[in-house]
Amino acid sequence: MESFFVRYRNALVLVAVLLAQTILLAVQVRDLRGPSQPDGRKVTLLRSWAAGAVAPFERVTAFFGRGIRGNWNNYIDLRRTRQQNADLEKEVARLRLEQAEFAEDALQGRRLQALLAFREQYVNATVAAQVIGTSGVDSSKVLLIDKGADFGLKPDMAVITPDGIVGKIRDVFPHTAQVLEIDDPSSGAGVILASTRIRAIVRGGPDGRVQIGNLTADSRIKPGEEVLTSGGDQIFPRGLKVGTIESIAPDRDRQLYTLIRVHPAVNLAQLEEVLVITGTQSELPAVAQQDLAAGDATAQQMKADAQRAEAQRAADLAAERLPSLTPPPNADGTPAATDDGAAAADPLHPAPIVLKAVPALHPDRYSPGLTPPAASLTPGGNNPNPAAASSQTADSPAAGDSADSGDAAAQKPRKPAIAGPTAALKKPKTTPPADAKEPQR
Amino acid sequence: MATRSYTSRRELDEHTFHPAVAVLVPVGFIILQALLPRPFPRLAILDLPLIATIFFAVSRRSPIAGTLTGAAIGLLQDALTNQYIGINGITKALIGYIAASIGFKVDVESITTRILMLFGFCLMQSGLLYLIQDHLLGQHIQMLWLHELLRAAVNTLVAIPIFYLLDRTKSDE
Repeated sequence: MESFFVRYRNALVLVAVLLAQTILLAVQVRDLRGPSQPDGRKVTLLRSWAAGAVAPFERVTAFFGRGIRGNWNNYIDLRRTRQQNADLEKEVARLRLEQAEFAEDALQGRRLQALLAFREQYVNATVAAQVIGTSGVDSSKVLLIDKGADFGLKPDMAVITPDGIVGKIRDVFPHTAQVLEIDDPSSGAGVILASTRIRAIVRGGPDGRVQIGNLTADSRIKPGEEVLTSGGDQIFPRGLKVGTIESIAPDRDRQLYTLIRVHPAVNLAQLEEVLVITGTQSELPAVAQQDLAAGDATAQQMKADAQRAEAQRAADLAAERLPSLTPPPNADGTPAATDDGAAAADPLHPAPIVLKAVPALHPDRYSPGLTPPAASLTPGGNNPNPAAASSQTADSPAAGDSADSGDAAAQKPRKPAIAGPTAALKKPKTTPPADAKEPQR
Repeated sequence: MATRSYTSRRELDEHTFHPAVAVLVPVGFIILQALLPRPFPRLAILDLPLIATIFFAVSRRSPIAGTLTGAAIGLLQDALTNQYIGINGITKALIGYIAASIGFKVDVESITTRILMLFGFCLMQSGLLYLIQDHLLGQHIQMLWLHELLRAAVNTLVAIPIFYLLDRTKSDE
């Protein structure tokens, strides 16, 4: 018997080791927890030991690596700061406009949500953590972060960056935590396609790429469409960016379904820092409310500016196309004063346009206001030269006024320049009133 | 004329390592494996713990030592992933046993043998992982064999210089 153990000790040790590990696997599988779920207590202990053993080395390496990279990046960044600053200013300006555009929609959406009693979840507490390691196995997309239970992290908390979602917390150790990325085959997240509003589940494929595999062929789904979290998985808050659709192809393994590849919004391969969402609330956070109010104010301002610009443009157009209707601006560029003395200062409420005739450059008998009234003319008499008279009138300072008051001129009979001896004979005829009775014959 | 018996040849070819080397090299490889893919994501294709397992198994030529070393390295590797603990443990224990066993029969110092051995063990590991995950655990994973061939080739290329470096840590006392 002793010789049997001696002779086959190698094989027996192998069998014993394999058997022990198979039992260990069976214990884990019995828990009915998938690789995406946190381990049971016994397994967590083993994983915690391993993570505890490896984490200090990873922390030190990550620290030095970050230091070296930081110094180098600082040097590089200094050389590009000016350009970056200019770019960022442009970006800020663009984002402010965008924010203002969205603010009104957001406010309207919130009003509608309040009407429907819809409970939205907003992120109100996050913990920033640094990525210090990976699983080291390309079939297991797991990250190790430098924050754990000591910072209040718990399994199934969402992990994001400002660009989009990263994954969820899988296992939490005292000072570290494992993050399961969305490109792991065992992960999953509820998503919604931004424009078509189709709900789906995004998960990692066997090739390590993010994909949607539970949708049938739909011609409305196009590459480039944005994919957002739907909030249905109770892990990721609604509306976070997941990525964009990269390609759509029939699923060779399942004929009815399509395989939609999603390009993640976050560069999952090179993550430095992540945010763990530790708390959500149904009310919009105070900072976000302030931003929304600022955006709304900007939107109102923009609307008023747009109206003002539109009115100004209309006034300019009228001045350009109908110069006779608008007085020329003053020398300093301010709008000319109107007749009643009020400057057209408010383009939103322009003064009513009064038809006025400008003085003619070369007056003739047809220029308004220059022809003497018919009543003053003497048939066969020596009437004044209208052109000469008009030129004299036009040169006078009150030319405009005289020209303006064409009707008044018609009402006021002008004195003939030369009164002939027959003037007394040519009395103006008085028109009898309309209601005067015709004399009986 | 002195003749060498099988036992003396075996004793001649068996190598031992300083305990610090025997512990720090595998642990260092596991840590390096966890760190490298972060700045260089494509390096996730490497399997440094497997290289360490094969090297210590063929150098010691003790199946028991190979089995235990492989199991320990594999379990530690599993603990850093989200997979069930034991998948890599079983795989690397088997590979450690087989690598130590064939060390008796072939000259593992030759570069050609090393290349063939490393390439074969890398493919064997992929096959064993597939069997355990798909058949034993029922996870229905999809194996990309072209990718596994590439992985085997890359690991072989990386392992050859590492083997020559680690040869210097052998102590034949």
